[in-house]
Amino acid sequence: MNVPDPSMPEPHMPEPQASGTHGPVPHVPDTQIDGKVPEVETPEAKTAEVETPGAVISGAETPEAKVLDVTGLTIRTDQGRALVSDLSFSIAAGSRLGLVGESGSGKSLTALAVLGLLPPGMTASGSVVLRAATDGIGTEVIGATEQRLTGLRGRAATVVFQEPLTALDPLMRIGGQIAEPLRRRRGLRGAALRRAVEESLDQVRLPEPDRIIRAYPHEISGGQRQRVALAMALACEPALLIADEPTTALDVTVQAEVLALLDGLVAQRDMALLFVSHDLAVVSAVTDHVLVLKDGSAVESGSVDDILRRSRHPYTRDLVDSARHLESALERIVR
Amino acid sequence: MSERTTDEPTTDEPIRDEPITEEPTAVELTKTAPDTGEEPGGPGRSGRPGAASVPVRRRRSPALVAGCVLVGLIVAVALVSLFWVPYAPDDTTGGRLMSPGLPHLLGTDKLGRDLLTQLMTGARIALEAGLGAIAIGTALGLCAGLAAGFATRWLDDTLSTLLDVLIAFPTLLLAMLMVAARSASLSSAVLAIGFAMTAVVARLTRILVKRVLAQDYITAARTSGTSWPRVITGHVLPNIWPTLVVNLAQQFGLAVMTEASLSFLGLGAPPPNASWGRMLHEAQATVFTAPTGVIAPGVLLVMLVVGVNLIADGLRDALDPTRRRTR
Repeated sequence: MNVPDPSMPEPHMPEPQASGTHGPVPHVPDTQIDGKVPEVETPEAKTAEVETPGAVISGAETPEAKVLDVTGLTIRTDQGRALVSDLSFSIAAGSRLGLVGESGSGKSLTALAVLGLLPPGMTASGSVVLRAATDGIGTEVIGATEQRLTGLRGRAATVVFQEPLTALDPLMRIGGQIAEPLRRRRGLRGAALRRAVEESLDQVRLPEPDRIIRAYPHEISGGQRQRVALAMALACEPALLIADEPTTALDVTVQAEVLALLDGLVAQRDMALLFVSHDLAVVSAVTDHVLVLKDGSAVESGSVDDILRRSRHPYTRDLVDSARHLESALERIVR
Repeated sequence: MSERTTDEPTTDEPIRDEPITEEPTAVELTKTAPDTGEEPGGPGRSGRPGAASVPVRRRRSPALVAGCVLVGLIVAVALVSLFWVPYAPDDTTGGRLMSPGLPHLLGTDKLGRDLLTQLMTGARIALEAGLGAIAIGTALGLCAGLAAGFATRWLDDTLSTLLDVLIAFPTLLLAMLMVAARSASLSSAVLAIGFAMTAVVARLTRILVKRVLAQDYITAARTSGTSWPRVITGHVLPNIWPTLVVNLAQQFGLAVMTEASLSFLGLGAPPPNASWGRMLHEAQATVFTAPTGVIAPGVLLVMLVVGVNLIADGLRDALDPTRRRTR
């Protein structure tokens, strides 16, 4: 442990509470955040011109295999207002990055922009390079054709969303929804497909596979739905899993279970993880590096430890303090 | 209450209150204890997530059954008319305006044609008109609606405006134009009704598609690399289908009515093809002398339209699994 900052009254931090089978695995800290942390004043939102849309960027150019490389990402509404400005970060294969910020800070938009799925009317500029782990060939997402992106999504990266009830098709049985990526990705049919679906359900520890497979999303509980969503994402076997507030919509107890499950499965498959959340405690439990967003621009970035103990930016300190405040308030009640 | 007065003579109130207030809470505790004990075992809490394991009893809705019976009767009559009718449709050998009786079960019209024969062929024409119009309306409307739903702002606005104009255009006028361009025939009438229906179906499809496309599960499907054609067939169409089918069933009833009114005005199938609308027109002069000529086609028309609407209502509940459980 590093020397605790004397300014912090309690050296006791909200330790990662990823209870369950897989503890917080100390990950290879190879997440490199090369985003220049801007000054407190908002930087001039510079719009980098879109360079070679959909271009194949050879893996040889970058020494390490980065599954995601974002440089100068700016997202604008059709009125020209910048919702995310000049954001830069990268994630190496198998490493984890937390994207923290209050609601409206552009976290989820960033996650969607990575896959080229911005809502209509919004435009992204800058550069987002996704790289499917196996071939090491990077693809520029911004400006790429829909066809190219469709091939890339799922393989290079996929998303687990916040609200599993709306993220699952209400009129399709769970079995069918999990089968879809399996069929596409692994070319499975018939009995083999059925077995693979059962395996995926087993991986996310869902009991009674027969019932779940036949159930509609509204017939299972919230935690079960999020496990299904996780199973669907994992069935894509992505190089990078983007988790957009995956536990926010769940009860606290279920939240811990799902978080532990996510943590374990990602570690087991050596997937990279981009974890988007407003909850610093949750993020610090799962990731090793954190990027703090405020009003669409990066305020601070660094290892979890640095951010928690030696945050330089007042906004980050606010976030840490409020997390700490909640923790100590809970402690007081428990005592 | 009685205990309180016996234990304590009235003196200091606040102090005396304490044992008294304790007593009711003790009673409450013993009361609530069995309650809390019941809850976990009861079906309320623990049963909810697993409720799906209990097979949902598919209660057939009475509306659906009634609708199917009514429409089934008409369909049966139409099918029989393909192979057998009591008399030839243009057989005028019967006496004029005969009342219901033996040689002619439902009597004859003013030209001496058998009414039952005309009713039977009329059933076939009514169903043909409805099905034909639905086929045209669905095929064109679904395509136009999907196109508008997926289109860019500009194309969407153009298509929507066109659809609004088409909806505002009277079906009758459209049918007259069609008859002028081609000839008075069942196919002209069906084309006109089909085009008019296209606009309605397209507008509904467009709205439904837009609503579905804004849903998270579409974004979720796309994040896992589902292609657009697969998103449309796998997620968009199944999700707009229940609403669309209900609407199409209602449109079917409307198409049958429209065909009858076109035939009434002489814009439908020409004689000797008996359409219910034309029968009504021909019998209107003799409403009082031979009421069967008006009542019989009228009743059948109402039966078919009401039946189809009942089916529409029944389908609404049957097609939506999220509704099925709440019933």
